[in-house]
Amino acid sequence: MRGRPNLYTSYEADGAIFPTATQKVTFWLGVAGMVALPFLGLSRVWLILLATTFVAAIGAIGLNLVTGYAGQISLGHAFFLGVGCYTGAALSGDPGGSVIGMGLDMLIWLPAAGLVAALAGVIVAPVALRLKGLYLALVTLGLVFLGEHIFRNWESLTGGGGVGRKPPVLSLLGWRFDQPGAIAGIEVSKEQQIYLLTFILLLILGFAAKNLARSKVGRAFAAIRDRDIAADVMGVNLTWYKVVAFAVSSFYAGVAGSLYFATTGFVEPASFNLLLSILFIAMVVIGGASSIAGSIMGAAFVTLLPQIIDSTSDFLPLIGDGSAGVLSPAQFERILFGLLIVIFLIFEPLGLYGIWIRVRNYWKAWPFSY
Amino acid sequence: MAVVDPLLVVDDVRLAFAGIVALDGVSFTVGNGELFAIIGPNGAGKTSIFNCLNGVYRPQRGSITLAGTELIGMSPHRIAEVGVARTFQNIELFENLTVLENLQLGRHLAVGYGTGAAMVWKGKAQREEVEHRRRVEEIIDFLEIEPFRKQLVGMLPYGVQKRVELGRALAMDPKLLLLDEPAAGMNLEETEDIARFILDIKEELDVAMILVEHDMGLVMDIADRVMVLDFGVKIADGTPDEVQRNPDVIKAYLGETLEAGS
Repeated sequence: MRGRPNLYTSYEADGAIFPTATQKVTFWLGVAGMVALPFLGLSRVWLILLATTFVAAIGAIGLNLVTGYAGQISLGHAFFLGVGCYTGAALSGDPGGSVIGMGLDMLIWLPAAGLVAALAGVIVAPVALRLKGLYLALVTLGLVFLGEHIFRNWESLTGGGGVGRKPPVLSLLGWRFDQPGAIAGIEVSKEQQIYLLTFILLLILGFAAKNLARSKVGRAFAAIRDRDIAADVMGVNLTWYKVVAFAVSSFYAGVAGSLYFATTGFVEPASFNLLLSILFIAMVVIGGASSIAGSIMGAAFVTLLPQIIDSTSDFLPLIGDGSAGVLSPAQFERILFGLLIVIFLIFEPLGLYGIWIRVRNYWKAWPFSY
Repeated sequence: MAVVDPLLVVDDVRLAFAGIVALDGVSFTVGNGELFAIIGPNGAGKTSIFNCLNGVYRPQRGSITLAGTELIGMSPHRIAEVGVARTFQNIELFENLTVLENLQLGRHLAVGYGTGAAMVWKGKAQREEVEHRRRVEEIIDFLEIEPFRKQLVGMLPYGVQKRVELGRALAMDPKLLLLDEPAAGMNLEETEDIARFILDIKEELDVAMILVEHDMGLVMDIADRVMVLDFGVKIADGTPDEVQRNPDVIKAYLGETLEAGS
């Protein structure tokens, strides 16, 4: 509708992710910008960091589905990331090596990493049928310790603590993302390819999650979160939807876990610890609970902030390694994230996404204040 | 007083929590399209009957059948499938969802697509969403809540929330609608609005309803039949006129007179 961008004339348009042409064009221009970014002379370190951000965003979307949308607080996200990570590595790895390896293609190991993690989620879900809130959080917390123990001791799978194993190979039907190549005559480096691959996967999985959130299933999740008994009376099968929430969430975690390994190239069995779970909780809380866009913002914030602190620590007082400061950058980050979770929960429960909505609404009405 | 070919048959239901008997041998029937009211002093067991009817509580004895299907032992979501919808005494809306989403949730059982189709969206899921949106819009129109369509229900005034909850129950296209104090906490004007909606539902949608309400004026004006409960026991059952003249009812509500008390 020309000149009347907010007038919808069909229910399809009213239910669309981008209801107005402006939003749609802005979004796809943004996507085009992100695709062009790696060719604008970004360093390798930054490309990998951004790829890691995309991967973290996939994981954060997963956690947001189960915790933000369905209201089932899970501290076990690190466990599902770990399951996906090692499933991917085992299916992809060299068959003749010292650790389990099947030498399979990415077409198989990537979905399988998600599916095995989803299966783990389905096994855990029945706990959520009995427990709510903090009690569920505690049980899922136990899962992390269980997982850490298994990963550390199952050396034929993980390579053991301090040793590790090789990451899954990013090889799709013979195309190697981890080796320099040429797409349509343009030379692309390994980092540029990994950046594009993870970005496209984030796009696909992000839209899938957004669709899920605006569907019958998303509404059922929210109903369970807000009033579970009323949801039951309205015909929502609590058992089924809690299982679906954990399965889908863990699928995202599994995919993210295996991609994280492939992107960074190094993972320790001890990486999948409580701290990792809390980092993901931080992404959801800081980004905005029950918002897909918020999950991505939160993941970007939590992944990029340490890098910014590291590179500016020389200029920040009291922060530096060894004798250079009272706090090391790593300690400072932990304190900062803890503080940010508390601040966001109290002052801006909708997270960065909520701030963005407020800024947007302000400029929509500008220069009139109402 | 029995109904010919009843929709709902409640027979000798007993519900006890440890030593406390909430319902003791309660029996009644509700006919197709009938507006049946349950009244009684606080703690008489009115809401307990509702909780038994939609499976939140499980009675120790008796049977509840809706159009021949035994409801006792079924989980609440299965009973919803059979066709029982309800509103709650203290509003139980999903407060972080919009009015529209709350009503769409009422269509949950009618919407057929699964998780996979939902993630793809284009095709089956989108088609069904649009189809059910039409039904939801009819209800929004019926209850005159158009201005609030996209607002979060947690932000709405109490009277509107009550109407949204009624809408959510109607969206389920129920056979039997349970209304738990729809006029509680409302002023005269809002009560009259609700009465009008209930009568419209009866006339236009032909849904059988059970109404629990403390506003005697409302009950006596609109109900076809009234049942009176006192301490979990049925003490009367009949047309509003019959019930108002029943000495047991007068005793339960007003206490015994000095002459009769000795």
